[in-house]
Formats: sequence, structure tokens, C-alpha cells
Amino acid sequence: MSMQREESLTTTGEVITNYTINFGPQHPAAHGVLRMVMELDGEVIERIDPHVGLLHRGTEKLIEQKTYLQALPYFDRLDYCSPLCMEHSYVLAIEKLLNLEVPLRAQYLRVLFAELTRICNHMLNMGAHILDVGAFTPNLWIMDLREDCLNFFERASGARMHSAWFRPGGVHQDVPEKLLVDIGDWLDNRFFQLFEDAMSLVMDNRIFKQRNVDIAVVSREDAIAWGFSGPMIRAAGIPWDLRKSQPYDVYDRMEFDIPVGTNSDCYDRFMVRVKEVYESAKIIRQCLRDMPGGPIASTDTKVVPPKRGEMKQSMEALIHHFKLYTEGFHVPAGEVYVATESPKGEFGVYLVSDGTNKPYRCKIRPTAFSHLQAMDFMSKGHMLPDATAILGAIDVVFGECDR
Amino acid sequence: MTVLHSAPKFASNEGVIDAISETISVWLIEAHEAHGEVIFRVQREAIARVLETLRDTHAYQQLMEIAGVDYPSRPERFEVVYMLQSLTKNHRVMVKCSASEDTPVPTVTTLWPNAGWLEREVFDMFGVTFSGNPDLRRILTDYGFEGHPFRKDFPMTGYTELRYSEEEKRVVYEPVVLPQEMRTFDFLSPWEGADYVLPGDEKSRGTPHVAEPKTTDSPAQTGAGKAADKAAAEKVSPPGPEQKDTGKPAPGAPDPTSKEGGR
Repeated sequence: MSMQREESLTTTGEVITNYTINFGPQHPAAHGVLRMVMELDGEVIERIDPHVGLLHRGTEKLIEQKTYLQALPYFDRLDYCSPLCMEHSYVLAIEKLLNLEVPLRAQYLRVLFAELTRICNHMLNMGAHILDVGAFTPNLWIMDLREDCLNFFERASGARMHSAWFRPGGVHQDVPEKLLVDIGDWLDNRFFQLFEDAMSLVMDNRIFKQRNVDIAVVSREDAIAWGFSGPMIRAAGIPWDLRKSQPYDVYDRMEFDIPVGTNSDCYDRFMVRVKEVYESAKIIRQCLRDMPGGPIASTDTKVVPPKRGEMKQSMEALIHHFKLYTEGFHVPAGEVYVATESPKGEFGVYLVSDGTNKPYRCKIRPTAFSHLQAMDFMSKGHMLPDATAILGAIDVVFGECDR
Repeated sequence: MTVLHSAPKFASNEGVIDAISETISVWLIEAHEAHGEVIFRVQREAIARVLETLRDTHAYQQLMEIAGVDYPSRPERFEVVYMLQSLTKNHRVMVKCSASEDTPVPTVTTLWPNAGWLEREVFDMFGVTFSGNPDLRRILTDYGFEGHPFRKDFPMTGYTELRYSEEEKRVVYEPVVLPQEMRTFDFLSPWEGADYVLPGDEKSRGTPHVAEPKTTDSPAQTGAGKAADKAAAEKVSPPGPEQKDTGKPAPGAPDPTSKEGGR
């Protein structure tokens, strides 16, 4: 940490010195490459100026050079803790421009895996949050559960993290029947036992509460004005969930509740996530129960590439395959803004098409921008170690924040 | 058009354009609905007042996003798009205005505190300035970066690259040197869509059709010139065992079709 002295006068006239320190850019509690210039009065935070962009890779510029399908894997690399939810917004944006119907089984599969991703993301975030405020064991336990989720993703798509499994028109491949059975078994026989064990260590823990309760309280008005979304706005007591209010895919068929906070502090944000895990599990069970058979991608051959077997038999399928993997499909000119409920909040994609095979502009709305920007006013007057608790409760990932 | 897609469904757009156009008619340039999105194009100078009306009169409480788009062919090349969301009406609208490099857009940080970073990003990426924004620094690019990378005329490879220099024991910035030229393929079909001449096809347009087709009757007419290396044609390895004509067909050879032999 580099330090720099700054002098200020107090009300009594004596001169005390404020310290300006660098938190990060490499700091284990910064959840990535975040540099925060902090002005401290003793141990009390006076001002925070977060410097983001250290992980800026120009994703949006790169996407402009790629066809719609080639741009998809970039989304896995935004919020690398919840990759499938990132893809979700993008494929829905393309489908909205194309007005493309997605078969029911594909919609169920997407919702199932989006919720599994939510659990996966919350496992990482809650573990890190607990670790940031001093407890070690729960992180190890729930990281094991995250590993289970990643194994499910691997069985569905072949990749643990960067799945590229949601595709415009559906999903890439159908899942083996055994995988669905195993996910159900995992929820019934393993997940909750471990999760509840881990949570029992922290939820009523005196130290955990001392570190989180009444830290960074945000009023409802502020939460709305600062553009909060996801668990951050729900912790403020506003039952706002895009899965409920603006349902996409088959979320309108799902029965689930929206947990809200009462006190809008870091503890509430944490508890909202804990409760969300239970709701996600509810949704997964409903998906497993109701999922119909049928195709897993749209039958529009001008968008969805043919199966390998078809290509061996049909000349037309072969041509479609060639055209879709070289030229790609054309998307009608227009612009849409599609936002879905990612585990961290509203993740939006503003897609401008000029009618060719590549996006003219693809603006990504990261969840972290609004939340991290509020870091300054949320942590004003709190102690230096509270900054890590606040950051942990924001749930920020820099792949997505910096793009 | 029937809605077939399964993208997020918010409240109906019916009547929204009329209701909002009425209150912002003074500043409104155009309003339309396409692909299920309601879009208002308004005068740049009035953007803050328009958004304030939308927030206070029409209950669009949240500013979710500000996006910049670059259309180099337009007189005012940039478009700044504001995405608003109403929590009470469960509805979204887009409001946009145009700007150029030297026409600042009024800030909306006075209306929403989170507009600060969003405007910084548009400034950083496109060079659109926002008058009244108290803290218009760059946000995503490197410290000391020059240029606005998301402009269409900014090359994707950039201008500078950095590396750690072992001699100077620090990170140094150098001009980008690519071992191979950056390749961009658009894969557009030459029969439909592409409006450029394919490489090697330059003569196909504008030049008169040649009346006499070019033929190659002798090797000299191919334009290939002399053989590059005569020595290469000489046999270096010893020839195989001598073939004797026994008068019988080789085993496995097909029957000759005529005694005179083929042509």
C-alpha cells in the first residue's frame, strides 16, 4: 500500500493528517483487479474513489468484428462466475431481433441451467464474503458445492466455466437424461445438507453479524436512484426481480418467491442471497418435473445449424452448415435492449443491428457499474475493514465490470 | 407482428408513445416502436429536461444504462441512448439524442447519481462530452490513454502496446507491431450483400469485355516464362528395372476395347 499525507483541520483547530491509501489493484478482498483510492481519517473512511477498467479488454469492440455466433463466447468471459446467465441476455436479444421461437424444452433447459448458475455464483460470492470478514471454513464447504455445479456444466456442455451452451434459437446440445436425474439427486441428498451446515456456522454467528449488520445501509430511495438491481435492491426491501416482473423463457410458469431484506445492510444482502439459493432450487425442481421432450433448438434452419447426422444425408443441411459457420445468419436491422436477472442484478445487452451478419454495436450493461459507483457513499463513515464486507456484499466481478 | 420470441416481457407499449409525446412534444424529434422497444429521439439540448419529465411525470424512476453508438456517416456522428426503467409501471423506454465531438450533451448526474460513471464511459469510449458532469475523467481505458477506442475509425488493434522491459525494469509502451497484418473477413456472400470487389476480381467491373477469348495453345503463350530450373527435370535417381514388352496384357489390366488401340 502506498501512502500519501494530506493535512486537514479539525473543528478544534489542531492539525491532523488524513491518509490516502491504495486499496488494490492487487488485493485478495478486492475480488479482482480493483484499485480504490481511499482517504482515511484514522481508520474511518472519508472518501473512496474506485478506479475500474484494469481488466478492460474491449469486448464490445471485439464483438463488432465477429458474427453473432462467434461473439457468444465473449459473454462467458464477462462475469466468469455466472457465465450462462451472461449468455442468456445475449441470445434473448438476438432472438428478439429475429423474433425467433424457441422450443419449450430449450426454454426449460435454459432456465434450469440459469438457476444452477445462480446457485454456483452465490456459492462463490457468499464464500468469498464470509472469508472477507474472517471465517474460513464455510468457504471450503460451499466451494465444494460450486465444484458440483461446474461438473454439471461440464456434463452438459463439455466446459466447466466457459460453456457457450446457450445458442440463438435454443441450446447447443441436449443433456443426457442421467444428468437431469443426478441434478435432482444432488438437490435432494447432498446440496442442502452441506449448504445448511455451512450457513449454520455464519447466519447467527456473533462475529459475522458484528461485521455485517448495519454496515452500508442504503435507503429505498437511494437504491432506486443509484440504479441498483438484483440482491442489492431486494435487500432494500423492494421486491423487484426481472424473473418475476419481466419474465423470459419459462420463468412465468415457475412458482417462486422473491426474498427481500428489511434493513438494507450487508447482512440483508447476504441473507437475500441465502434465501435465493432455496428459491433457485425450487425452480430447478419444477424444471426437472415439468420439462417436456422435443427439440432443443429452433427448427429455423437459417439460424440454427443442422445436426451432424443430417449433414451426412442432406445436401441442404450441408450448405446450411457451411453458410452458418462462415457467413453466419443475418439479423434484421433494429435495436433492442434486453435485460435479464443475472445472479448479481440486471445484466443488459443493447444490441444494434444493421442487417448484416455482425452486430453494429453491442453495449453491455454490467451490474457492477451502479453498485460499485455507490461504494463511496455506502462506505462513508465506516471503518477500513468494513470496506471488504461492503465489497463482498456488492458481489462484484471485474470481468463484467470492466468488459 | 405476433411475438414468437421468449425475451423479457414487460408491460404493454400501447399508448405509451402518445402519452409521453404529449408532455415532451416541444423537444421531441421523432418517436417510434420497433422490435417491441419504444424509442424517442429528442433534441440534445433538452435531454436533461426530457429525462426529468419522464422520471417525475411518467414514473421512470431508474436510469439503467447510457450507451454510445458511432455512426460516422451522419453529420452528428454519435448517438447517446438512455435506457429508462419504471419499477411501478414495469416498463422500459429508450431516449436518444445525437452529438458530435464538439457539441456537449447536458449531464443527467443532477437527476440520477449513477449517471456519473455511465457518462464517463461514453466520454472515454467515444469522446462525447457532457456539460455539467463534475468528474468527467476516463474510466475504462489505461491511465494516460489517448483516443476514443469505440469509434468506428479506431483500429481494433489499437496504436500502442505495452510490455515489461527487462533492460529498463519497468513496463514500456511501444507502437503496435503485428507480425501478420490484422485480417478481417466479413464472409458476406459476393452474390448478395457485399458491395465491394473481391481480391483478384478487380478487372471484372468497368472494363470492356474482351472479344477474342484468350487461349493457351503453346507453353510460350501461358505467360509462365522459361522453366525455372532445368536441372530439376533431369533424372537423378537411377531408373527402375527395364520393362519388356511381352505382348501380353499386364495382370489385372482391363481388356482393350479395340485392336487399333485407343486415341
